[in-house]
Amino acid sequence: MANVTQLRVNGAKREVNAEDERSLLSVLRDDLELTGAKYGCGEGRCGACTVLIDGLPTRSCVTSVAKAATHDITTVENLERDGKLHPLQEAFIEAGAMQCGYCTCGMIMSAVALLRKTPRPSEEQIVEAMDGNICRCGIYSRIVAAIAKVAKGGVA
Amino acid sequence: MKNQFDFEPGFEPERYELDAAPAYRFTLGRRTFFKSVGAGIVVALMVERALAQQESGRRRGGGGRTPQDIGAWLHIGEDGAVTGYTGKVEVGQNIRTSLAQAIAEELRVPVESVRMVMADTKLTPFDAGTFGSRTTPDMARRLRQVAAAARELLIDRAAEEWKVDRTTLSAENGSIVGKDGKKMGYGDLTKGQKLTQAVAENPPMRSPDKWDTAGKPARKANAHAFVSGQHKYTSDMKLPGMLYGKILRPPSFGATLVSVDTKAAEAMPGVVVVRDGEFAGVAALTEFAAANALKAFKAEWKSTEQQVSGKDVFDHFKKSARGGEGGRGSTKIGSMEEGLGAADVKLQQKYTVAYIAHAPLEPRAALAQWEGENLTVWTGTQRPFGVRGDLASAFRISEDKVRVIVPDTGSGYGGKHRVEAATEAARLAKAAGKPVKIVWTREEEMTWAYFRPGGLIEVSSGARKDGALTAWEFHNYNSGGSAIRPLYDIPNQVVQLHDTNTPLKQGSYRALASTANNFARETHMDELAHELKIEPLEFRLKNLKDARLRAVLQAAAKKFDWGGKPAKGHGVGIAGGSEKGGYVATAVELMIEGDRVKLLRAVTAFECGAIVNPDHLKSQVEGAVVMGIGGALREAIQFENGKILNPRFSRYQVPRFSDVPQLETVLLDRKDLPSAGAGESPIIAIAPAIGNAIFSACGIRLRSLPLAPDGVKV
Repeated sequence: MANVTQLRVNGAKREVNAEDERSLLSVLRDDLELTGAKYGCGEGRCGACTVLIDGLPTRSCVTSVAKAATHDITTVENLERDGKLHPLQEAFIEAGAMQCGYCTCGMIMSAVALLRKTPRPSEEQIVEAMDGNICRCGIYSRIVAAIAKVAKGGVA
Repeated sequence: MKNQFDFEPGFEPERYELDAAPAYRFTLGRRTFFKSVGAGIVVALMVERALAQQESGRRRGGGGRTPQDIGAWLHIGEDGAVTGYTGKVEVGQNIRTSLAQAIAEELRVPVESVRMVMADTKLTPFDAGTFGSRTTPDMARRLRQVAAAARELLIDRAAEEWKVDRTTLSAENGSIVGKDGKKMGYGDLTKGQKLTQAVAENPPMRSPDKWDTAGKPARKANAHAFVSGQHKYTSDMKLPGMLYGKILRPPSFGATLVSVDTKAAEAMPGVVVVRDGEFAGVAALTEFAAANALKAFKAEWKSTEQQVSGKDVFDHFKKSARGGEGGRGSTKIGSMEEGLGAADVKLQQKYTVAYIAHAPLEPRAALAQWEGENLTVWTGTQRPFGVRGDLASAFRISEDKVRVIVPDTGSGYGGKHRVEAATEAARLAKAAGKPVKIVWTREEEMTWAYFRPGGLIEVSSGARKDGALTAWEFHNYNSGGSAIRPLYDIPNQVVQLHDTNTPLKQGSYRALASTANNFARETHMDELAHELKIEPLEFRLKNLKDARLRAVLQAAAKKFDWGGKPAKGHGVGIAGGSEKGGYVATAVELMIEGDRVKLLRAVTAFECGAIVNPDHLKSQVEGAVVMGIGGALREAIQFENGKILNPRFSRYQVPRFSDVPQLETVLLDRKDLPSAGAGESPIIAIAPAIGNAIFSACGIRLRSLPLAPDGVKV
């Protein structure tokens, strides 16, 4: 059993010392203090732990740190640039697309990935792409509206 | 008569809501308080009991203690910073925002300048808990009163300072302003002061139609922190030297620990093992290490005898029933015999509702730290003072040695009243001599928390050919008494609640048992309408004088365009109800695709008195309806002989994006009525509306929640 000693997170090399089979989520949260990705289910079914690996939305709770070690990992903490929020972050605030907010970072990361792949998604495409993310407070329609607004604006 | 929770008459708290610390207490002395907040002025609002004491001339407080019955308080610092203190918790209702707005409104300051300190048992006044939809009707009003009193106090200070008549002064944008243009900021007025004022009388307040801050759309407080991952939920917190904890769980409910060999775990580096009676757990440097150490435990359990399983639970409710006639929640009007005798159509049916899980996305979590005899616990709970009591009693220490702080939490829905993780983390931290954090796994959350009660409901009714209800007998086994009485006008009624021996731990859930009672009632009404060949909405209105329920039914019907013929293969259903002062009606259109129920449209009309914040209200109504879709169609806790069979999201299906139909919300604003809370009651009409629409679509009458966990077999 080897340990992972280095990760590429948010464009920087980060030293860690983590057992291979630990989840990427736990290493990000507990070792690197990047707690934007949340634990919700531990089986990749709720999306609260979503990060990007080489640009693809990935459930970090079911991804071993070893598997992620040779790839580029992006977390929600990397979206804000020079004190300016990402348009999706702004749109979530403007649309009131959160209640307790626990799912929000995972939602935003899934949406970032969607808009990178499909800059002008239809509502059906938004629903399909986001269906792996659970908002237990149930404000899905506002989340769809926030994503659609950014897509229309052509940013992100 | 007012009860201890300040409920309006007519509200009947469930037994599990009453499971709260009975005594108001407030232990923070004036000196301690100023030490923690700095100089300035403090205005405290005292609630009823203290006012009564004052009026009778009895000495209150004493020995440096502040009065015992403080409802809320407010501090204005020398820098002009305004801080409101409340024992309520933020679990997604956005009350951190709306309560700050309430203060800003009366204090005449920008909302951004108000900070709320919430749910910290050391700093905030006692509060029984955040439940029962009481924050908006009670706490927002109290904070407005406190803010108004503070404003009047500042005007007094300025009048004194400037030696002018106070009526020539006004409060504007954080300053007191004189007619002659003289102006002084709140901070300057409070400089060097250590003023405390207890508010007894009602200060002048703006009526809601004059509000310019309260009730207006506002960005969620700290929104930036939530979207950028900076907000620290309990589960995100970390303290220097902190360890991660894991608890040994029994293999089934009621199993007792015969023996446990922990030697292998103890030999692991950095692992602390605790065994204390039935409690066994570990703390380690990482969660991974803690989980591995726990796996190395060799535990021997003794299971209890055979326990009731899900498939037998409804029979079990009936067999173990207690109460009934004359019992809690029971009503008898007229004579059932006469009522059934006068009926042309009689109907007897049984309805069931499953146990369901709250499944808050943030599972129970707690971080505990001991400093000598003093214990601080951060945890997500709806009852911080209740958890403080639980901790004090678990460790046999006085409550003033325990501080519970609730960071804004990843939701609750009535499911986080008692939080055992707090005690577990504190027990491990005591042994380790270091802070310990415990975050329950999803499986733990959906096994060891508590559930919305399952229930069996039997209804027997009669109506004349013209549609007039003549008889109504309604027995609820186990699920509870909320909204158990019909609002329909029925001359002969028997309504009874029967407690049972529940096989699962049960407790509060959004809108309590009204989800069950309303489902049975509104499904039965639909069945009766069908038997009588009367249009279901018309049948309801014919038997309903209650103007508020009529209004929401009619408003939902109008928006929905009720009465038209549904498209081929589509079905429509409507249902209404009332709970906690809110009135709701939902009309649904759906289709059956293969065997899948596909919701197309849900129109909900809601009225809860004067609307405080239309944007938040709409968000709460939509959220409640979506949550209700889960309980209506799919959610059910499966259990067998003391084990939960589906404690994870892959097997317990909560609503997702693709489950949400087109949602339309009609808000009725009754400015003439006091505002009721709205986080709960909009959930109660969606399930019967869906059931009625399924019948309309395919002629199959479903009488059990969830209605279609495996689809509908047409």
